[in-house]
Amino acid sequence: MNEPILRIRNIESFYGPIMAIRGVSLDVHPGQIVSILGANGAGKTTLMKTVSGVMDPEKGRITFDGQQIQGSEPHKVVQKGIVHVPEGREVFPLLTVDENLSLGAYTLSDKGQIDHDRDLVFSYFPVLKERRGQEAGTLSGGQQQMLAIGRGLMANPRIMLLDEPSLGLSPLLVQEIFGILKRLNDEQKMTMMLVEQNANAALELAHHGYVMEIGRIVMDGAADVLLQSEDIQNFYLGVQEEGARENRRWKRKKTWR
Amino acid sequence: MDNAQLLISGLANGCVYGLIALGFVLIYKATEAVNFAQGDFMMLGAFVTIGLTNTEYMGLPFWLALPISLMIMGALGYLIDRLIIRRLFGESQTAVVILTIALGFVIRFAAGLIWGHEPQTLQNPLAGKEIRFGGLVLGMEDVAVIVVTILLTWGLYVFFSKTKLGLAMQGASQNQLAAYYMGIPVKRVQGFIWALAGVVAGIAGILFAAKGSVDPTTGLLGIKAFAAAVIGGFGSLPGALAGGLIVGVIEPFASRYVAAGYSQIAPYALLLAVLIFRPHGLFSQVRVKKV
Repeated sequence: MNEPILRIRNIESFYGPIMAIRGVSLDVHPGQIVSILGANGAGKTTLMKTVSGVMDPEKGRITFDGQQIQGSEPHKVVQKGIVHVPEGREVFPLLTVDENLSLGAYTLSDKGQIDHDRDLVFSYFPVLKERRGQEAGTLSGGQQQMLAIGRGLMANPRIMLLDEPSLGLSPLLVQEIFGILKRLNDEQKMTMMLVEQNANAALELAHHGYVMEIGRIVMDGAADVLLQSEDIQNFYLGVQEEGARENRRWKRKKTWR
Repeated sequence: MDNAQLLISGLANGCVYGLIALGFVLIYKATEAVNFAQGDFMMLGAFVTIGLTNTEYMGLPFWLALPISLMIMGALGYLIDRLIIRRLFGESQTAVVILTIALGFVIRFAAGLIWGHEPQTLQNPLAGKEIRFGGLVLGMEDVAVIVVTILLTWGLYVFFSKTKLGLAMQGASQNQLAAYYMGIPVKRVQGFIWALAGVVAGIAGILFAAKGSVDPTTGLLGIKAFAAAVIGGFGSLPGALAGGLIVGVIEPFASRYVAAGYSQIAPYALLLAVLIFRPHGLFSQVRVKKV
């Protein structure tokens, strides 16, 4: 397999005195979609923030395309080609859809490139074109999520970090948005790192999956293998196992929030 | 005719209030802190220009002194953010507010030391000229104040809506975290906003000193401008200007039709009324975040 574009090694991050990530290592290869699953508080969002430079790690290395980027300022990270589409959409509410997209391209200055990217975004999200003059705060939740993804695309990234794109959306909308993410990956070869609680949707989409639990990676594997795995089925997909086994493994005793 | 005269001079005063209020709102929107030294910035802008142009000081030509003093004010705003305010990054808003109040005192005393405590007027080419049309007699300075404010407002509008930096400033003030995610260097953008607030305060100071006299305590006018900003809806730029105009117009009318002393009370009475009946201000941009 080709060299990973993003390589995370032994990252430790703190929220004040609380250790939110306890030594995480993972790889994302070009053209891949990598999903990170885990319950609330597992440290998924913290991991994303550490990669995008909003938080600085205490220890460990993050290598992007051969360069170490841990602890860089966020705008430097965006310039290198990593864009973070944050949890909860975080659009600029009083700016129009068009202006939001323009700010997505803040780190670019080539006007031709920006226009091309805008057309690309509109081709994947036609609804944004219809509403380009509307204030982003007046869009529906699903449209705001599309805008957040489109705004991320405008940075012309080499990898997108997507934090819970399904948050608070109806199953139908989740299907639509994940469909678009799949097309972006197929057609534009967009590399993605996806954090999700909706394990089923995330594993359907991804090539590779990691499972995080209280700041650590406890499991990883090809997405289709994970989908079949008993643990994943029990704890994330809600599949009930028939018949109780004698030896309960540690995972099964856990309480889930 | 009398009323028209009152209206014009009220509007001219209101423009100055409005420009100071604009400075309040600019900084508030960008950093969520209120810069209570904004009025003192205005006073300082006036004195810097007086120091450059007036014959008893440096005696530079008026039109040369203008850009220089605006540059000085811009640099000052930027440096205050860079050297002082940014140190408080992550501290509570109260700390920043107290700091700016202290900063106001410092500027007031410094100005008193350098330029003295006597009221002074900016020597300018428009002084004493009048425009007459119909039965109106308008001071050239009043007209200039109104015209400059209109031009500046238009300029700011274009800057904020059409330029990349202006958009980035809006974005950073609406959603700071998202601005970081988009690769906007938020801290640098905030520095530019302080610089812009310094320039706007400088313009306000020049206009004020051209149509009346300034002394180091003039900066306390900032309180009235603060009231204007609240009336207009803190956080809205057009609101700040409109609030300033309303306060400016109310003053002369209150003293003409109620009683002389009421011109000082009227703006605050209006402030109370607005806070009671429309707590977000007259022109606020309030939107509920969708989840």
